[in-house]
Amino acid sequence: MLETIILLPAAAALLAGLLPWARLRPLLVPATALAHLVLVCRALPAGLPGTEYAMLGIDALGGLTLLVISLLYAVSSLYAFGYLRCHQEWDNRIFICCLLLFLSAMSLAALARHLGLLWVAVETTTLVSAPLIYYNRNKYSIEATWKYLLLCSVGIALAMLGILFVAYADLKGYGEANIQLDHLIKNGFLLSRPWLRAGFVFLLVGFGTKMGLAPLHTWKPDAYGEAPGLVGGLLAGGLTSVAFLAILRAMQIMTAAGQQAIARQCLLALGVTSLLFAAVFVIRQHDIKRMLAYSSVEHMGILAIGVAVGGLATYGAMFHLLNNALTKGALFMCAGNIHRHYGSKRQCEILGSLKVLPVSAGVFLAGFLAIAGSPPFALFLSEFTILRGIFNTGHPVLCYLFILLLVVIFIGMGSTVIPVTLGPTYGEEVESPRYRDTLLTAGPPLLLLLAVFGLGLYLPEPLRLLFENAAAALEVPQ
Amino acid sequence: MANVVNIILVAVILLNFYVLGTSRLGACVQAVALQGALLSLLPPLVNGWSIHGLGLAGGAFLLKGLIIPWLLLRAIRQLRIKREIEPRIGYIPTLVLGTVTTAAAFIFGDQLPLLPAHLHSMIIPTSLATLAAGFLMLITRRKAITQVLGYLIFENGIFVFGILLAEAMPLMVEAGVLLDMLVAIFVMGIVMNHINREFSSSIDTDHLNLLRE
Repeated sequence: MLETIILLPAAAALLAGLLPWARLRPLLVPATALAHLVLVCRALPAGLPGTEYAMLGIDALGGLTLLVISLLYAVSSLYAFGYLRCHQEWDNRIFICCLLLFLSAMSLAALARHLGLLWVAVETTTLVSAPLIYYNRNKYSIEATWKYLLLCSVGIALAMLGILFVAYADLKGYGEANIQLDHLIKNGFLLSRPWLRAGFVFLLVGFGTKMGLAPLHTWKPDAYGEAPGLVGGLLAGGLTSVAFLAILRAMQIMTAAGQQAIARQCLLALGVTSLLFAAVFVIRQHDIKRMLAYSSVEHMGILAIGVAVGGLATYGAMFHLLNNALTKGALFMCAGNIHRHYGSKRQCEILGSLKVLPVSAGVFLAGFLAIAGSPPFALFLSEFTILRGIFNTGHPVLCYLFILLLVVIFIGMGSTVIPVTLGPTYGEEVESPRYRDTLLTAGPPLLLLLAVFGLGLYLPEPLRLLFENAAAALEVPQ
Repeated sequence: MANVVNIILVAVILLNFYVLGTSRLGACVQAVALQGALLSLLPPLVNGWSIHGLGLAGGAFLLKGLIIPWLLLRAIRQLRIKREIEPRIGYIPTLVLGTVTTAAAFIFGDQLPLLPAHLHSMIIPTSLATLAAGFLMLITRRKAITQVLGYLIFENGIFVFGILLAEAMPLMVEAGVLLDMLVAIFVMGIVMNHINREFSSSIDTDHLNLLRE
């Protein structure tokens, strides 16, 4: 069952590589993604408790991440179908292969119960997403791809060093090096403390690079800025969730070893730094995709702070993970549509897009309000829960700082988004075969935004339970 | 056995210095290949002859010693580059830095809370020194290909540390790690080719400064 979730997209990628008909290939993406979503929804309630030597398993944390990835990917795949039909003259074989392998690798990372396997999966996501970023084939995208590839590969290499340190901690404490997650959590108290702490720092830096926590985020604005909107959404919503899961796995081991306090301090420091960096760089950011990248840095910071504070805030962070992924997907797809219509993503050239692209620009504006945490969108609830959690644990200063930075980021993003959508248009509308909103390119972001809106009004019970279980997995050693 | 292992580790450190101090790219690639090949002998020598150890040694030898160097040498030939131009920090200062970090690795390695069996072993200092050498290469060199070499040396340093933890990774996972590395170098090679094409026959990463705030 679990193997199918990983192998199905991989098999589809193989098929895409072999299919000689370029027109049929885009069909594979939505077909696979929807089948993947069905499989995930069926596997999730069953939940296989990991045995001590299993390589794959589905627990609340992994299950939540898997659901987030699968939902976002399923909606994005409809957009991908529409997007690839616009670019029929380009060779899509490599793009579609990598897109499908990307889903496979992310699923593997969510289901892995062995740190080595988790590492292999995360490194694979880096490698298969590099060609996706380079899809536009110009000077800018090659620079972004090179930075992404080198920084993330070195970051992931550091994470490997961290994994080996954790293995050494087990070797010293338990007598044999076994880095199966359930084994480590069960025997956490036996692990050698100094090695475990060193390992955690390396894991945090390594997977933090991948997640884009400041100051390790330098590749992010370039990669998100130059990637197609579709890919930007999948990276900002899916890949960052996977990297966050890897950090949460390290947190679980630290908690089991009674080292939770140190782990939380490290995570809190990175989280606050991320908010600070995002607040500084989002102001006067005239490139809409780069602006979204800094918004992604901000939300990674919020997730890190939520888990670092613990208690109610952890629950909020789990809820936020889903909300952030869905909203970022919608925003990036809309940014991609606006970019395609104007052939530019700079603020001064795309003013007043609401008049020409009512759906895309409308969703972009509403998505901005959602990502900034305005009610009634679900992000308001999750951010508010995190804030309540921070107040409950008695960090008023942190709470005020958090609110202040969020307000600064709101103003910074607003000063770009509002002219772009509502501003005055220059000159008359030229009649040219420019991109227009279609059902397949404007529908999926609208769908994602409606989902975020719906979650803000009503949270289904099974989802709430999943968030609670995921938060509980981080609190008490199992 | 311990003697052979130590000779190999000393050779690995010497190769670090050779790579840090030379400007000829072909020689650099060959040195990194030799380093990888030497390292691949270590798992069976340190942990005894087992299928697992031999499998790892064979895979690592094939990859680090043969396939990856072949890919890189081919890239050098295609891109017609012979030498590293002016590194960001000169060769002599880099060598001095390399010496300092190697010395620090040996001093620091003795302070670590190791298992009694690993005390005074050369494996951990060598690993730390190689990691530092890889980082130095990554930071100080301008050409994309020397940065890839730095990444490879860094990976070699991790490999040395991993020898202490033979049973931590099942063979399948190790195969996955090696395969990922191969694909990484392959993708980096393609990207280098495209950088070369976009920036008029140069893989100087100083050209990669279009994207900034």
